[in-house]
Amino acid sequence: MKITRKDFLRLSGLSFLAAGAAGAARAIAGRGSSAEGRQAAAPVRWGMVVNLEKCRKEEGCDACIGACNTAHNIPHFSDPRHEVKWIWTEPFGTVFPFSQSGYAERSDVHLPVPLMCNHCADPPCVHVCPTQATWKRDDGIVMMDWHRCIGCRYCMAACPYGSRSFNWLDPRPAIASINPDFPTRSKGVVEKCNFCEERLATGISPACVEACPEKALVFGNLADPDSEPRQLLRTRFAIQREPELGTGPSVYYLV
Amino acid sequence: MFMFERAITGGRRYWTWVFCLLGVIAVGFFSYMHQLNVGLGVTGMGRDVSWGLYIAQFTFFVGVAASAVMVVLPYYLHDYKQFGRITILGEFLAIAAVIMCILFIFVDLGQPARVFNIVLYPTPWSLMFWDMISLGGYLLLNIVISLVMLTAEREEIPAPGWIRPVILLSIPWAVSIHTVTAFLYSGLPGRSFWLTAILAPRFLASAFASGPALLILFCLALRRLAGFDAGEQAIRKLAVIMTYAMTINVFFILVEAFTVLYSRIPADTEHLEYLFLGLDGNYHLVPWMWLSILFALGALTLLLVPAWRTSPVLLLVACVLVFFSLWLDKGLGMIVGGFVPSPLGSVVRYTPTLPEWSIVAGIWALGALLITMFYKIMLSVRREVGEEALAVSH
Repeated sequence: MKITRKDFLRLSGLSFLAAGAAGAARAIAGRGSSAEGRQAAAPVRWGMVVNLEKCRKEEGCDACIGACNTAHNIPHFSDPRHEVKWIWTEPFGTVFPFSQSGYAERSDVHLPVPLMCNHCADPPCVHVCPTQATWKRDDGIVMMDWHRCIGCRYCMAACPYGSRSFNWLDPRPAIASINPDFPTRSKGVVEKCNFCEERLATGISPACVEACPEKALVFGNLADPDSEPRQLLRTRFAIQREPELGTGPSVYYLV
Repeated sequence: MFMFERAITGGRRYWTWVFCLLGVIAVGFFSYMHQLNVGLGVTGMGRDVSWGLYIAQFTFFVGVAASAVMVVLPYYLHDYKQFGRITILGEFLAIAAVIMCILFIFVDLGQPARVFNIVLYPTPWSLMFWDMISLGGYLLLNIVISLVMLTAEREEIPAPGWIRPVILLSIPWAVSIHTVTAFLYSGLPGRSFWLTAILAPRFLASAFASGPALLILFCLALRRLAGFDAGEQAIRKLAVIMTYAMTINVFFILVEAFTVLYSRIPADTEHLEYLFLGLDGNYHLVPWMWLSILFALGALTLLLVPAWRTSPVLLLVACVLVFFSLWLDKGLGMIVGGFVPSPLGSVVRYTPTLPEWSIVAGIWALGALLITMFYKIMLSVRREVGEEALAVSH
């Protein structure tokens, strides 16, 4: 069979039209179903507000970190290169560089700020993952599938917050005491804070939130205008980490 | 099969070389077994510098693979006949380099047994997915092309007509592999060192200099060791191509440096500061980066003067300088420099460990072995055809 140029153009034109029509049909159908879905369940977007003033009340307190480490079988490695961290602290000046005038009477630059995964609205780690081992749930939690992760660490290069840890060595011997209710990980996979989705599923708040003696960590549904974090954000000035990157962090800080 | 039998006949020198390479490969293999057993913690990488030598080597060798287009394009698009004898050298180099790239990615994986998850869960919004498509496709294209062309040469028949569109396709495909590789880095929001539109053009320019440099070195080596003459014209043309590419590459680096240094945005300047001046008391990459600059300038001086460029000895020196300058720039500074300082501002020293270097050396040796075998096959086919032609003419 000989295809002339005219035939070829005609054929390719038709295929483009067909593809376009299929796409349009899908879009129309999709719009209908998502509208129904929205009516069925109230939207949820989990988020956290960190009240730094309260957080500093008790100097040297690391109750939130300890609670998280125990709950999630976080290994302890002394070599800083191999550290696995879900929630940890860094000095204010490191977390929010350039946000102090330098002339203030009281400098916050060296005061600790708790850090964790920001569970971004538009997470760069999810974009780059080649196996969809990390993905964003409808309630905003950025999840990890430790059984699908191939350990390429592209997500670690993509995360602008340094929130992801890789298991450079077998983590199991480095866990002080294993919590049987939560899985341990194997070497060669990436992990990070999961907003305690395993606790949320049973209706209790995250371990760090529960452990804080000053109630400095306020957790709730950012999509609900009456939720506790939303009430705080309505009246207080809050900042996010590097919001200019467009990632939309779900963790806010009251300074 | 695939004329492989031609690669296992050779003299004492050939076998000594092959066994040396096999030795290095074995050491690399055992180091990899150690890494597989203990974890990637045996390398110098860590939570801040989470990609190191492996990914840097991958990046460098994607460039070498793409550079085959610098002999294929003039020959097939411009009918530049002088490259007729060496296009296959370029294609073989591409095959070996892509195989090395795939291995460098593989040894970098924390869970290599799950590598096929990339195929099982295809993710078109991840650049890693497109890197797999482009590298795999490029490997396939070059295997098909070199096999068909070499078979035609052996049978002394013209190559089938369908191969020409395949060859033409390999030209934009070569550009695509290095573009996609640059996009792996240049699309990340928190890594300002890579977040530059000139990264892909810069990768291509440096690739089109380092690849031809390697090819010229191979041609000179083949002339000395195997009596294979690539042709003076071909080598000179390759040198001109390398000169242009290296000039453009240095220009791109200066453009990048201007933008970063004149705008003086700390997040951008501190990466260059770390690489070229040292940051927070960390100077370990500084001498290497300046050596890279020095080599680049030295090479350009030799290449830009026609009398020096055409001198065989000076050309050889220039090729070595180009290759090492770009290896330091891309195979060392480009990746590590992107991670230091980290998004949280920490300056962490990355020192590759002995197992890491052994694995890298093993993959290099495997690439060298592949090149040796491929070129051996080509030489044996050419010699046979040449002898037959001689017999017929007598």
